[in-house]
Amino acid sequence: MYVYNLVDQSLVNQRVQQFRDQVRRRLSGELNEEEFKPLRLMNGLYLQLHAYMLRVAIPYGTLSSKQMRALAHIAVRYDKGYGHFTTRQNLQFNWPKLKETPDILADLADVQMHAFQTSGNCIRNVTADQYAGVAVEEIADPRITAEVVRQWSTLHPEFSFLPRKFKIAVTGSKRDRAAVRVHDIGLIIKINEAGEMGYEVIVGGGLGRTPIVGVTIREFLPQQCLLSYLESILRIYNQIGRRDNIYKARIKIVIHELGAKEFTRRVEKEWKTIRDTAIDLPVGEYERIRAFFAPLPYQSLPKNDAGFSHLKFENQDFSHWVRGNTLPHRQSGYSIANISLKPIGGIPGDASAKQMEVVADLAEKFSFGEIRVAHEQNLVLPHVKQTDLYSIWNTLKEHNLATPNLGLISDIIACPGMDYCSLATARSIPLAQDISNRFSNLRRQNDIGELSVNISGCINACGHHHVGHIGLLGVDRKGEEYYQVTIGGSADENASIGEIIGPAIPYDEVVDAIERVVETYVDLRAKNESFIDAYRRVGKQPFKENLYVTN
Amino acid sequence: METKVISANRLEDGIVVYITKDNNWSECISDAEVFNDEAACDEALSKAYTAEEACIVVGSYLVEIEQKGVYYNPTKYREFIRVIGPTVRPDLARQARS
Ligand code: SF4
Repeated sequence: MYVYNLVDQSLVNQRVQQFRDQVRRRLSGELNEEEFKPLRLMNGLYLQLHAYMLRVAIPYGTLSSKQMRALAHIAVRYDKGYGHFTTRQNLQFNWPKLKETPDILADLADVQMHAFQTSGNCIRNVTADQYAGVAVEEIADPRITAEVVRQWSTLHPEFSFLPRKFKIAVTGSKRDRAAVRVHDIGLIIKINEAGEMGYEVIVGGGLGRTPIVGVTIREFLPQQCLLSYLESILRIYNQIGRRDNIYKARIKIVIHELGAKEFTRRVEKEWKTIRDTAIDLPVGEYERIRAFFAPLPYQSLPKNDAGFSHLKFENQDFSHWVRGNTLPHRQSGYSIANISLKPIGGIPGDASAKQMEVVADLAEKFSFGEIRVAHEQNLVLPHVKQTDLYSIWNTLKEHNLATPNLGLISDIIACPGMDYCSLATARSIPLAQDISNRFSNLRRQNDIGELSVNISGCINACGHHHVGHIGLLGVDRKGEEYYQVTIGGSADENASIGEIIGPAIPYDEVVDAIERVVETYVDLRAKNESFIDAYRRVGKQPFKENLYVTN
Repeated sequence: METKVISANRLEDGIVVYITKDNNWSECISDAEVFNDEAACDEALSKAYTAEEACIVVGSYLVEIEQKGVYYNPTKYREFIRVIGPTVRPDLARQARS
């Protein structure tokens, strides 16, 4: 994992001091809310429905045990004993007090964490594949790139007041788990014919009011040119992005209006003028950063351990969990263990302080002290010996963290919605809970197979509803909660935006409607055909016909 | 005019509060002063803005309610959730807190 140097640490410490003074001035009345609001947002502090909310950055979803313990401590000491992992791989505390926020930031700084650039029109916390460095099919570890981007974008003076927020995601695998095609910039690591590393650069993807799958503006960008190219994209966007209309301010609209070809031409022209300046990192700096992500001291282990196979044979529940929630690791004899934060009927992404501590302890004992946060709002122990899985599973089970539902219908992404969020038009969480309860039978879930249900409480789409196989968007219809249903979305390498199936339906009818959609799929699927493949084969009509049938 | 109360968030901790008859702020909507005419609303809002300047609350606004006996129920669902707390955490509901 990356470890702060003196520059990183002093930057974060200074920010704590600055914010402490800003809060003091706000509480004493030296600053009014209008003056203070941009300052608190620069430090991830929002004012939500019931209280302030602090969004803590977890760079590319990587956490140490020590950091997770600090989050647990903050949850207990300053909040109400829990936190919420988000689709941006971050963590939100729902109840911090303004007067205590500087102390929270100081506690975060002690473990090399902060909350800046988790809000505002700047380059937000960079996200990446949660299986970075451990996925079997990975071409190269995206964390090195993500860390370079993090350092470059942190407090970047030119890009601190962009027309709108800006999100960058990186993957080093063909299998896209970072949803790179629906980010402002998505980077896919590639190796060219000469064996050199570089990136496919995708620009202009995004969700929200205008969901768009990004376009590739460069098939191969040499790695050493990354920052000058990013700088060129951001500079063009910063110059021509609309500041007059918040709904048209994202880069996706710029590209839509200008055309990808013209946008690319401008970027390339700008790049020619700056590519030989000092923006790009020297090779030595890449190597310095790469060293933080060097392979861990894994043991040499056989691919399959007899004792582990025996335990799976003996214990069906364990076997189900291994099949559902673990994946092979690059290193023989190791696994990637996913920790579902979606217990049946639970709140997606929420973790109690106790659960955070349990995960921190497990990571320390069994996973080189490392934890990942997935944008699907789950956690990952990335480096676990097969022979330790049984012990891990037993502990997870004790703390309601062992639901074997990864990628299944109850593994629902849901934003906080109207239960917490001041921008919401409807609730997300209770709907997720109702759907999860309806499909609580794991055998049934496994029979249905891979199926993502994503729920957002408003058009801002934090719940990624456009790219759920089934998406639900909460809307307000004369004071009642209604939900627009989309089908056919996908956030992976075959990214697609779900199609709206018809008029929105009231809250009380949603779960039945989802069940009818699922049953339609079950009836029409070919052998081994997933929901999304079936949808792509037959189109929306059969789903639409059944969605609106009522008894 | 619809019946209204004034709500805001307390500055130091962000908690939802309502302006009361004695010009204080209460976490409990049943303590709120109720307004039935525009002039009273305007007057109360200007008191709320004074409380904002005094760093007591932030973001004051009028909330439409229906009076049912002794209960004040906001007509908008959003405001109802602000009264009761997150619907998915009954343990953190207002009643559980007080
Ligand atoms: S999608 Fe809307 S309701 Fe949900 S968290 Fe984002 S802004 Fe809030």
